[in-house]
Amino acid sequence: MSDATISALPGAESHHGIVTIREMGLQGMVSLRADLAGAARAVKQVTGAAMPGLRGVTKGRGCQVAWMSPDEVLILCDHAAADKLVFDLGEALTGQHHLVVNVSDARAMFSLAGPVGALRDVLSKVTPADISAIAPGEMRRTRLQQVAAAIWFETQTEARVICFRSVGRYVFDLLTVSAGKGGAVGYH
Amino acid sequence: MSIRLATGGRLIDRSRSIGFSFNGKTLTGHPGDTLASALMANGQMIMGRSFKYHRPRGVVASGAEEPNALVNLGTGNRHEPNQRATLTELFEGLTATSQNHWPSLNWDIGEVNALIPQLLPAGFYYKTFIHPRPFWKHVFEPFIRQSAGLGRAPDPEHADPDRYEQLYAHVDLVIAGGGIAGLQAALEAGRAGLRVILCEQGAHWGGRAPVDGVGIDGQPAADWVTSAVQELEKMDNVHLRLRMMVAGVYDHGYVIGYERVADHAPETDAPRHRLWRIRAARVVSATGALERPLSFAGNDKPCVMLASAMRDYVVNWGVAPGARTVIVTNNDDAYRTALALQAAGLAVPCIVDARAKADGPLVQEARARGLRVLTGMAIANVKGLRGVVAVQLCAQDGTGAVLEDVVCDAVAMSGGWSPVVHLWSHCGGKLIWDSKGAFFRPDPDRPPTDQHGQGFVICAGAADGALLAADTMANASRSIRKILHEHGKDASDAAPLTSAMAEAPMMPVWVMPAQAGVKKRAKMWLDFQNDVKVSDVQLAAREGFESVEHAKRYTTLGMATDQGKLSNINGLAILAQALDEDIPRVGTTTFRPPYTPISMGAIAGEGRGAIFQPLRRTSIQDWHEAHGAHFEPVGYWRRPYCFPKQGESHRDAVNREILATRGGLGLLDASTLGKIIVKGPDAARFLDMLYTNLMSSLAPGKCRYGLMCNENGFLMDDGVVARLDDETFLVHTTTGGADRIHAHMEDWLQCEWWDWKVYTANVTEQWAQIAVVGPKARAVLQKLGSDLDLSNAALPFMAWAEGRIGGFDARAFRISFSGELSFEIAVPAAQGRAFWEALLAAGAEFGATPYGTEALHVMRAEKGFIMIGDETDGTVIPQDLGLDWAISKKKTDYLGKRAQERPHMTDPLRWKLVGLETLDGSVLPDGCYALADGVNANGQRNTQGRVTSTYFSPTLGRGIAMGLVLNGPGRMGDVLDFNTTKKTAKGEMRTIKARIVNPVFYDLSGEKQNV
Repeated sequence: MSDATISALPGAESHHGIVTIREMGLQGMVSLRADLAGAARAVKQVTGAAMPGLRGVTKGRGCQVAWMSPDEVLILCDHAAADKLVFDLGEALTGQHHLVVNVSDARAMFSLAGPVGALRDVLSKVTPADISAIAPGEMRRTRLQQVAAAIWFETQTEARVICFRSVGRYVFDLLTVSAGKGGAVGYH
Repeated sequence: MSIRLATGGRLIDRSRSIGFSFNGKTLTGHPGDTLASALMANGQMIMGRSFKYHRPRGVVASGAEEPNALVNLGTGNRHEPNQRATLTELFEGLTATSQNHWPSLNWDIGEVNALIPQLLPAGFYYKTFIHPRPFWKHVFEPFIRQSAGLGRAPDPEHADPDRYEQLYAHVDLVIAGGGIAGLQAALEAGRAGLRVILCEQGAHWGGRAPVDGVGIDGQPAADWVTSAVQELEKMDNVHLRLRMMVAGVYDHGYVIGYERVADHAPETDAPRHRLWRIRAARVVSATGALERPLSFAGNDKPCVMLASAMRDYVVNWGVAPGARTVIVTNNDDAYRTALALQAAGLAVPCIVDARAKADGPLVQEARARGLRVLTGMAIANVKGLRGVVAVQLCAQDGTGAVLEDVVCDAVAMSGGWSPVVHLWSHCGGKLIWDSKGAFFRPDPDRPPTDQHGQGFVICAGAADGALLAADTMANASRSIRKILHEHGKDASDAAPLTSAMAEAPMMPVWVMPAQAGVKKRAKMWLDFQNDVKVSDVQLAAREGFESVEHAKRYTTLGMATDQGKLSNINGLAILAQALDEDIPRVGTTTFRPPYTPISMGAIAGEGRGAIFQPLRRTSIQDWHEAHGAHFEPVGYWRRPYCFPKQGESHRDAVNREILATRGGLGLLDASTLGKIIVKGPDAARFLDMLYTNLMSSLAPGKCRYGLMCNENGFLMDDGVVARLDDETFLVHTTTGGADRIHAHMEDWLQCEWWDWKVYTANVTEQWAQIAVVGPKARAVLQKLGSDLDLSNAALPFMAWAEGRIGGFDARAFRISFSGELSFEIAVPAAQGRAFWEALLAAGAEFGATPYGTEALHVMRAEKGFIMIGDETDGTVIPQDLGLDWAISKKKTDYLGKRAQERPHMTDPLRWKLVGLETLDGSVLPDGCYALADGVNANGQRNTQGRVTSTYFSPTLGRGIAMGLVLNGPGRMGDVLDFNTTKKTAKGEMRTIKARIVNPVFYDLSGEKQNV
């Protein structure tokens, strides 16, 4: 059934603008709500990652753990690994009040790649978050114009964006328009 | 006649020519020209007509404050009215036409208004066009609409082809204004390491200083400006932006910048305008000052201009409005214009100075150069119809008896200067009146304050009242240092020494001459665009409009597109005089953003066309679109309403879908329904509070339909709850309720029951959900193959099970909204499309039919199932709908319980749910009322019920409806009259008769969903 499993905008790509936009395909995402301090050991045991601090992102075995709120983290992993991760975390957190759920298909992920300044200029067109204050290793929940989103920098020249699956097309179109040729700002 | 001078014009490139057109005539100008300077160079001084009297108007200023030279720019889908010629940078192929005249600019029939000014004074709208009363709708209003307004709105069929965007920025400091004060502030802040954006609304740095002969550190201002800009450009922490106006200052340091990216270069791919949305800790308003006109008879005629504007045109663009210019002034600064005109080889017959004595350095220089200076004198009259041919002089202290005629073709007037205090005032900064300079300036003790109670805007330079160049620079430096000190820093260098010729004090002159009679005062213009004169403001005061805000609205002074920049102070001084009040007690009207008009496109930004709204798509959306679905909006979702086949009407499609589903197999994309996981030791207790039903008694593996009421007891959502395990529930909500109910849950958990151990997660989009409906529903699932026992015994109605169906991971719920055998199957959203197609393929032999929301609505109505939003409207409680069985008697409390015990909620006269069948089988109109006898106190017919849902039922072959009726359930069989919007032949309202029946029209026993 693998070809029956598709992401929000498979293969979508825009490379004519000042940065390149690409849909990242199937991405595993697991949402964990718990008392974060109390769940740290279980998370470390199952993912290999330390519990992140405020807006932090930590690396584990084939996955990353991102802080979402005082009682929520998001685990990014391979799409195929998500269900097992849910099961393993549930087992490890037995006895502790928690909620762990697979949300891989509820999201869409995009990559924006380009020169350092242009990349930040394009993002600044659509989010009120202070883009220059976001360093790699930080995940910033914010909005992209009219929808909720989270942003982080994989490297200085590549950013990632996640949004709800249902608005994947809106986000892709929004980013494409914002990266349109002629739209260089020269601010960052 | 205005001309291009043989030399001069520091902003133009005389070596190149640009072609443009004005009113169809092809003209040329130079790069660096504005449309205003280029028109003047071509001898075109009249550029428009005024709003009320249609008087010919020439350009009076040189910048954003221009009230007269408004043109239509562009044609077709680029047509844009009310563009200021003073800010329009000339480009090759520019097309402009003048506004507000017919048939032509030079011969305008509207000018007849000027012949009857006594009939059109201020406030005439409130006294005329009243009788005869019937004439308003068919005669007066259409005529007024035709002649009102400046400029022509774009045609509705034209869509703006340009693109616009926005940008968010976070900085320590925004500096508004690129004159010497702003540049100095930027240098000091930049050197101290602050993050700065420096914005200048024009296309050039330096402001007035290069024109006014200012020297900085011993060099001409223009040279200092060049090196300042070079130093700033090298700083990483300072961002410079030309053509960007700070439009408004708002709470918490939110600043709007309006950047005109491509107006001057329309061929590029760039967005035309960009709206900067900046969060700044501090704002420096280095916005300069604006010159005021003088109020003398005929001051509105073409070729009467502000003195500073006149020298701007001569020095910056090498154009002059006339060959012989009379200067009229109450201050020394205007003498700079006399000297500039003379230096350009133009004649200055005299300088008319209202002051009794004038011997400041500039005056002495003028005399030394042989210019004739007349003190204690005034202009009584300007002669000329479409321009100036002469002025008549009189004593300032008098009624205007003419002493001398002076032949001239232009007048340069100066009534003093007003600091631009708008950005200071937007967020609450207060002003004080400086009586020496006769202007309002910022009161440093009452700044606009931020969220910490600290002043966050500082004015610098002329904007702060430091009008003289020597003071401007020092003031700017002092102002910026206040901000540096907040950062624990100081300026690294001393402020540059600035020099310009000193000035003697000015004398306020609000009426020229001082004792002018009513005839003269009726020709002294205050607001050139809206045609408001000194006599109008005096009339407003006499009629009792004494508040400056009232006087403004009554006269329309300052309400034109220039927002009163030239008329504000002159007008309130007249009002103060008329009321015998001090000017500061009269005060100013409220300053509101934007400082000058900004385009709607910039405000809309990129949100147009496909990205106007964040439309939501299910994982099966592409299939629906490819198969011709007709969509209806449900919030931001677009759900298939029906799937019409080739040539099929929507009504026929809906009927077909219903019959195919009840007769065999229908498939519905139900992915949009809300799905919320509620988990924890207190989850059951929590759901017991949220629902009217008892949810804690629901067993794992089972489903229960529940009602949610708000605190006021009103029904707000419904849906099926499934218990996944001891601590975990899956809550379904309506499509429109998903985000709202999740927020409602978190609200109560975070704010009221914060110690309860419950977590929620909105998993609406994680699962695609497909309703497999009809007598063949089980058959198609069994054909796909499953590890689940799908028999009725193993998976009965209102149970759920998890397993694999057709190779897909699935959770199957035996839920039925149609009353047929029905399985709602949830699969991971990434597999939704594939599962849908698998069902269609396997279901083909059973006649599998995709159906949409309308078939869904009709089928549930046939079964008497309520719909949130149809049977509920925010005032309906479950007891109104016969849902008493869903109200738990065992629970001591739940949201809405107490509210439902109030007398209004338990009133037996509340209308209750029934079914309705018309006697003739037709469909009752949407929203119609059951009529009762008599009329109420408003003369409206009494009512005893209303229709909440109404459809044609193909299953029954007749119209069916549900409604709320007085004592409905107790009146089964009664026939009621319902209203329609149609009339009988006699002109009376046509009614329809319908009988009260059981709301379950089909399969009363409910056996079909139980198979």
